[in-house]
Amino acid sequence: MNYIYLSAVLFSIGSAGVLLRRNAIVVFMSVELMLNAANLAFVSFARMHGNLDGQVIAFFVMVVAAAEVVIGLAIIMTIFRTRQSASVDGANLLRY
Amino acid sequence: MTTLLAADGTSEAAAASGVFSLTWVLVALPLLGALILLVGGRRTDRFGHLLGTAMPAVSFVLGLVMFLTMLGRDTEERSIGQHLFSWVPAGSFQLDAGLLLDQLSMCFVLLVTGVGTLIHVYSIAYMEHDRDRRRFFGYLNLFIAAMLLLVLADSYLLLYVGWEGVGLASYLLIGFWSHVPAYAAAAKKAFVVNRVGDFGLSVAIMIMFFQFGSVGFADVFAGADGASKAALTAIGLMLLLGACGKSAQFPLQSWLLDAMAGPTPVSALIHAATMVTAGVYLVVRSAPIFEGAPNAQLAVAIVGAITLLFGAIIGCAKDDIKKALAASTMSQIGYMMLAAGLGPVGYAFAIFHLLTHGFFKAGMFLGAGSVMHGMNDRVDMRRFGGISTVMKVTWATFALGWLAIIGFPGLSGFWSKDKIIESAFVGEGWRPWVFGLTALIGAGITAFYMTRLFVMTFHGRRRWEDDVHPHESPALMTVPLVVLALGSALLGLLLGPTGAIQAWLEPVVGETREEHGVLPLWLTTSLTIALVLLGAGLAALLYLRRPVETRAPVGSVATRAARRDLYQDTVNESVFMRPGQYLTRSLVFFDNRGVDGAVNGLAALLGGSSGRFRRLQTGFVRSYALSMLVGAALVVGAMLLVRL
Repeated sequence: MNYIYLSAVLFSIGSAGVLLRRNAIVVFMSVELMLNAANLAFVSFARMHGNLDGQVIAFFVMVVAAAEVVIGLAIIMTIFRTRQSASVDGANLLRY
Repeated sequence: MTTLLAADGTSEAAAASGVFSLTWVLVALPLLGALILLVGGRRTDRFGHLLGTAMPAVSFVLGLVMFLTMLGRDTEERSIGQHLFSWVPAGSFQLDAGLLLDQLSMCFVLLVTGVGTLIHVYSIAYMEHDRDRRRFFGYLNLFIAAMLLLVLADSYLLLYVGWEGVGLASYLLIGFWSHVPAYAAAAKKAFVVNRVGDFGLSVAIMIMFFQFGSVGFADVFAGADGASKAALTAIGLMLLLGACGKSAQFPLQSWLLDAMAGPTPVSALIHAATMVTAGVYLVVRSAPIFEGAPNAQLAVAIVGAITLLFGAIIGCAKDDIKKALAASTMSQIGYMMLAAGLGPVGYAFAIFHLLTHGFFKAGMFLGAGSVMHGMNDRVDMRRFGGISTVMKVTWATFALGWLAIIGFPGLSGFWSKDKIIESAFVGEGWRPWVFGLTALIGAGITAFYMTRLFVMTFHGRRRWEDDVHPHESPALMTVPLVVLALGSALLGLLLGPTGAIQAWLEPVVGETREEHGVLPLWLTTSLTIALVLLGAGLAALLYLRRPVETRAPVGSVATRAARRDLYQDTVNESVFMRPGQYLTRSLVFFDNRGVDGAVNGLAALLGGSSGRFRRLQTGFVRSYALSMLVGAALVVGAMLLVRL
């Protein structure tokens, strides 16, 4: 049960990081933190209920997260190269 | 009529054989002429007028041969039907296009082709200096063909084709000089007013189809015997509306005076002798229907009586020679309508007056054209006067026409109009008094305005403008005048006192019963002559003894009203045109503000709100993330809430 609390704390920290930090790398790390908090919750629930579904989904999440990291980091690199900054607030060209 | 009513659904007309198998050629020849002249274009300029004159002339000769052949036959065998082709084969409804040449059609064939040919000959000289003479002859031929189709049709639908054809030709010819805006407007006016009448005729045909399942003359008249009075009255009134439009009868008469914008031969042929009498033909042809609908018949007589006074009053005030003649035409057709509305006592006389009127009015119009030809196309009678010495032939022929129309004893108009006045006095109750006295007074007014027109034009002081040098017209114009004048003089004598016209038309319109009117015969005749002399004397006193002013005096209230066609245009404008314009204007307003407003408003609402909503797209990733988080939290919260 404590793992669930830990997962909730981690998710909250992660989402706070996404919402509050401007540096794209940090935002990105926070996203990873949220994903892993979710993974932790999946595994904990799987253990609590005694079936393997949650663990399987945790694997899926890891795979997706790995792919996301590759693409995400590539985007951040490109943005940094063109704008000389990794601030998410600075990259606001797609607006009304 | 009894013979017609006895027809058992099939045409009783004998099949066309011998010379009558060429009946279709009567229509085809002028149609061919029109086709060649109008399609051939400028290539036919050189011989166009000759071809255009030859076509109706050949038709006339053919018609004359048929007439003589018909005379040689027994009365029962005179009606000839010719099947042309199967026109509308639609399931159980079969309509064949066919021609019916009976005694009534024969009168019209001879009138249309005979007078038509004379007017064609006249036009050769009259239109000589017009660049578009060939086109003019093309239209004239088109008119002759359509008019012949109208009178030869054996069903109302085919008659309608001819009816529209003459309307088209009339429109084209009134607007022949369409580069003058006023003339083009006159043509449009004639067209529009005629549409109102044509609407009536088409509705009548539809009711016939609904009631009798057929629109052929024989079927309709056979069915009219057993049809309900209401249906016959409806058909009769709708036919009357059609007749009013085409024959310029009250209340659809306003177009005829403006129609004088066309070249004078057109006025003579279409707007005096033939087309405007098509309404009378329609009423007389539909006699079995009107016999079954006394109210519709009464309406015909009332319309005729009103129009004959209406036209006569207008004719008294007009200074434009053609318009005065047009008003007189309107009035004379009123006489015919009145006679046609009297029933069997009047049908034959309506046609009789139609024939004599065709001659003397065409003659006078052509005479007026001859005067205009010599006077540089001026039409104001106040600038005429004293022409009798320089245009002797025109003067003499016009004088015969004038004496004929006022009903001078012995000439055509006397025989035909006197018969109508006599018939109008036949009947019971108030009708003979109203109709008879109207016809009687009309004769007096006719004498007044025609004498006024005659002496103002041909006699009195010369009031010519300086650049006018009148001269007699060429022989091509005077010969038709002479022929028509002879017709005006003699036609009545041939047909009237001998009773030939009643006997000839009897199989079609029924026996003309000799009935005694409310007044003795000698009294009506002598009263008519007295009134005619009074009217003519008064006009001579006012316009011959006293000098005529070259500028129209202001005149009394009545004169001013008559000059403005008794305010018919004003009434039409204020009752139909203005409200119509207001209606269209309010519809346009409703369309712009109402319909367009709703559509545009909706679009503006969507555009405006989306303009506001797109402000949410700030471009800040973190605010998107926040809304996603809030949204996800709301969804999770809602799910939890529902679970509980």
